[in-house]
Amino acid sequence: MEQTHAIHAENHEGGKKEIIKVTLILTVLTLIELALGFWMMGIESQQLRLAIKGTIVILMLAKAFYIVAYFMHLKHEVKNLIMTIVVPLILFVWFITAFLYDGNSFRNLKNTYDPYKKELSTKKAEKKEESKEVKSEETK
Amino acid sequence: MSTTTTATVPTKLWSGGKSPFNVEYGKLMMWYFLMSDAFTFGAFLIAYGTTRFATNGWPNPNEVFKSYPFAGENANAPLVFVSIMTFILIVSSVTMVLAVQAGQQMKKKAVVTNLILTIIGGLAFLSCQAWEWNHLFHEGAWWGRNPFINADGTASTTGFTNFFFTITGFHGFHVLSGVIINIVMLIMTLTDKFEKRGHYLMIEKAGLYWHFVDLVWVFVFTCFYLI
Repeated sequence: MEQTHAIHAENHEGGKKEIIKVTLILTVLTLIELALGFWMMGIESQQLRLAIKGTIVILMLAKAFYIVAYFMHLKHEVKNLIMTIVVPLILFVWFITAFLYDGNSFRNLKNTYDPYKKELSTKKAEKKEESKEVKSEETK
Repeated sequence: MSTTTTATVPTKLWSGGKSPFNVEYGKLMMWYFLMSDAFTFGAFLIAYGTTRFATNGWPNPNEVFKSYPFAGENANAPLVFVSIMTFILIVSSVTMVLAVQAGQQMKKKAVVTNLILTIIGGLAFLSCQAWEWNHLFHEGAWWGRNPFINADGTASTTGFTNFFFTITGFHGFHVLSGVIINIVMLIMTLTDKFEKRGHYLMIEKAGLYWHFVDLVWVFVFTCFYLI
């Protein structure tokens, strides 16, 4: 227990400054994300939308890094602790790639081999609007 | 495996007698718990992504989340309310860092103030979420019911609402647990439990949990409201 105390005592200097700095970074990153989100609303081009979404994901990862590294203090821990937490999380790279690829492939297969489902999903949703009105009348 | 690790670490961390991670046992276990929790949330969000990739159309979040409290029926302010929620959580995370730091310096009064601020932030976030759920419910959205049409005007599946309520609900439950943990910490601080122990390490563990809740919201916020 005394060891942990000695370690924390070393980190006292500059701690407040670091917190203010990280808070500012997180705020700015969030504001950029929101600005991109607002900007994206008026954009029709699918490619540009995809690029903006990619940028937002990168900003999200940057925010996650700052929270984990500074707020959760992981950056100031010993290397053993950092590795035991971060290395298993690398599995996510494979999870995300494999599952999203699988989802995309599933959609393509359905659209190719299940024309009925494809037809259903391209029908405009006028019926939904009606049923909503009916529901609101019911509640009245 | 263990021999190679010993070789790469220059300090005597693996020579025995103390934790090679140089943290207290409880804190290490909190880290492992949070890692497992990250996999739980990751599984949820990846399932959401997979479903979204496997579905032809998806509702536009700017159409769904465009209202805010005390607004009329025709409110059209996408992203505004949720950004307020995001900032509430970031600020409460900052006050939690300050509480942890005050604990390391054995300043009981500062710990109490910052813990109270964190609890207020948590409760504010929960209230916002309660309002949003209530609002969406009255628009007809719930598990298995989706009143919102897809962005391209086609009929939507219930995937959107199912995932939204499950994941934000799971996150909200984490916030609730965090608030309860912080209240327990506050009571323990006020009754001088930590002063008698001589350290505030418990606050640091509660702090880790609270930051994790903030961390998860970063991902939920991005996945559901922004992209």
